[in-house]
Amino acid sequence: MAELSSAQQRFMKKRRQKLRTVTLVRILIFLAFLVIWEASARLHLIDAFIFSSPSRVTETFLSMTADGSIFRHTAITLFETLVSFLLVFAVSLLAAVLLWMSKPLSQILEPYLVVLNSLPKSALAPLLIVWLGANMRTIIVAGMSVALFGSILTIYTGFLGADPEKAKLIYTLGGRKKDVLSKVILPGSIPIFLSTMKVNIGLCLVGVIIGEFIGSREGLGYLIIYGSQVFQLDMVLMSIVILCVLAMGLYQLLGLAERLYRKKGL
Amino acid sequence: MNPLLKLSHVSFSYHTAEGETPALSDISFSLEPGRFLAVVGPSGCGKSTLLSLISGLLTPEEGSISLSGLPLKEARASIGYMLQRDHLFEWRTVYSNVVLGLEIQNKMTPERLKKADEMLETYGLSGFRNARPSQLSGGMRQRAALIRTLVLEPDLLLLDEPFSALDYQTRLSVCDDIYEIIKKEEKTAVLVTHDLSEAISVADQILVLSRRPGRIQKEVPIHFDMEHRTPMQTRSAPEFQEYFNLIWKELNTHG
Repeated sequence: MAELSSAQQRFMKKRRQKLRTVTLVRILIFLAFLVIWEASARLHLIDAFIFSSPSRVTETFLSMTADGSIFRHTAITLFETLVSFLLVFAVSLLAAVLLWMSKPLSQILEPYLVVLNSLPKSALAPLLIVWLGANMRTIIVAGMSVALFGSILTIYTGFLGADPEKAKLIYTLGGRKKDVLSKVILPGSIPIFLSTMKVNIGLCLVGVIIGEFIGSREGLGYLIIYGSQVFQLDMVLMSIVILCVLAMGLYQLLGLAERLYRKKGL
Repeated sequence: MNPLLKLSHVSFSYHTAEGETPALSDISFSLEPGRFLAVVGPSGCGKSTLLSLISGLLTPEEGSISLSGLPLKEARASIGYMLQRDHLFEWRTVYSNVVLGLEIQNKMTPERLKKADEMLETYGLSGFRNARPSQLSGGMRQRAALIRTLVLEPDLLLLDEPFSALDYQTRLSVCDDIYEIIKKEEKTAVLVTHDLSEAISVADQILVLSRRPGRIQKEVPIHFDMEHRTPMQTRSAPEFQEYFNLIWKELNTHG
């Protein structure tokens, strides 16, 4: 790389400093939160039995690590989330393609999709339990139900946003509708797929937790409900912390995929 | 000589819920192989519709179109269509953009692929074979788009204002470029444009269309007294101004 001018060097240095400050403040906020929480519990400003404290959460975590149960619960929630995430993507891609292929079909189904999308999906969870039984399949369907319809609509709308002139190009080259789909619509929609996936992963996690609340014997959602029922708030808070880490990790993973795509293309 | 393309009494209207918009009315003309036809007219006179009809993307409501004596649907001669913008796909390399048509028509034979490579070489793009379209200049993109059309070996080439997205300077040189390529490959071409001087500089024959619904207002044969004309040279020929005035008057009196 060429030698940077001194003005550019100064600019870069300033920029690095700003970024470092942001990270530093973030960490400080987190530490301050932990310290205040712990101190309030120790000084009896809050009731540690109800509000727990960082040390109690850690203790619970360590004891559940020792018997390995926390790994099982986390793995189950993670597994259910990933399966429903992948199914949502496959089903919504297929549905969006069908809607795009057939204009009448999309016109007929539009109001149904809109209603299903705006319906609060947690209302469906009790029904799902009754219909499908209290098992993992139900939890996965609950996870899917939250993300699916929005995902179909977003992807379908993305397909419609493709440049009609590009479709015309395919026709002038002797192609048909399926060629427009495979050469223009699908490759051109990859950024939309990635951003939809980023939204979906969080929604699937929400759905899975709702499902676990009411129909499960395992998983972090189950731990939260179980913990609150037996007044083990340490366990509840620990599960929530793990959920935070899980959600962040999954989101970051997809963010990484997006950045890789931007940089390299396909 | 038999005409390659013949239109007789072609009419076409667009239909929407708001009503009917007649676009073209009673268009008849014929074009011989190797000739260059330019179609000029005010914007919205149905110039692009004309190309869509010839290419078979639209079907005329009245009248008929034939290619080498056969109706369009049965015609064995093939048509290449170059749109206003190059529409090179950013997710493909220049090379895989150029062979897109071959890919769609399942014609990825070694001979055709070799031809694609040769054309990239001939027209100065071989160094950018594996580059992304965004790395090309406007003129190079247009050349790549033309090669994409030409590797399908069309008998008739339709050009829909292919230079209109370029800045003026690039436009003049790309026009020269593309003209050279078309003549070298011995193609018959129909160019649609609203740029009068561009039309005169390339065409052997000019059709002047009226305002909507477009009718043929005048057909002007163009001839320059030079052995190897290029668009740039014709612009400074003495006949150029005469043709310009003639067609300009035509466009303004009735249009």
